[in-house]
Amino acid sequence: TGHEEASRALGGAGMATFQFNSFFKTLIGKEIAVELKNDVALTGTLHSVDQYLNIKLTDVQVVDADRFPQLAAMKNCFIRGSVIRYVQIPAAEVDTELLQDAARQQTKDAPSSNATTTAAPATASA
Amino acid sequence: MAASLDQLVNKVITVVTNDGRNIVGNLRGYDQTTNLILDDCHERVFSTTAGVQQEVLGLYIIRGDNIAIIGELDQDVDSQADLSVVRAEPLKPVTH
Repeated sequence: TGHEEASRALGGAGMATFQFNSFFKTLIGKEIAVELKNDVALTGTLHSVDQYLNIKLTDVQVVDADRFPQLAAMKNCFIRGSVIRYVQIPAAEVDTELLQDAARQQTKDAPSSNATTTAAPATASA
Repeated sequence: MAASLDQLVNKVITVVTNDGRNIVGNLRGYDQTTNLILDDCHERVFSTTAGVQQEVLGLYIIRGDNIAIIGELDQDVDSQADLSVVRAEPLKPVTH
């Protein structure tokens, strides 16, 4: 089931790191939006994802299509992972609690690499 | 590579490069870094002041580092477009 796969992606009870690859695989078949680093945004059905987080979308629609006639005749596309800025997924497709728990767990397991140090606030009195 | 380019081999594709160019050609080959071999390709230069210019390139290898999107060109839709009347801003370059 989608939830079992998601659990596996999230590392289960162990200290395994979060696998974005596995997480995206649970979204295959769903509608997602991808925003690229050249500011182009595309929506479509997630067809496949790979280890580089390259994404293949089918039934693509370009957001703000009038601005980009270059992409008008494009039905399916392969988007290189390195050029993706955001992937937007419908909240209904994701168990946000499971994700939050995993993030919390991962922070707990590796506090030194994840901790952010904040400087003591400077107090200045005029 | 589960998200494979295998289905696109020997098909006409449109490539958007990191510098915002649009190159159309026949995909002959690829590798894991998405380097591409493109046959009979041409660049489509879009401008806001003139129709689309097509510059014939021939047989090209495009390095994967430089590639943003590889799209399957729907030739039915593409053949209906009159590129000489299309006016558009060129695509922005990719900024990391």
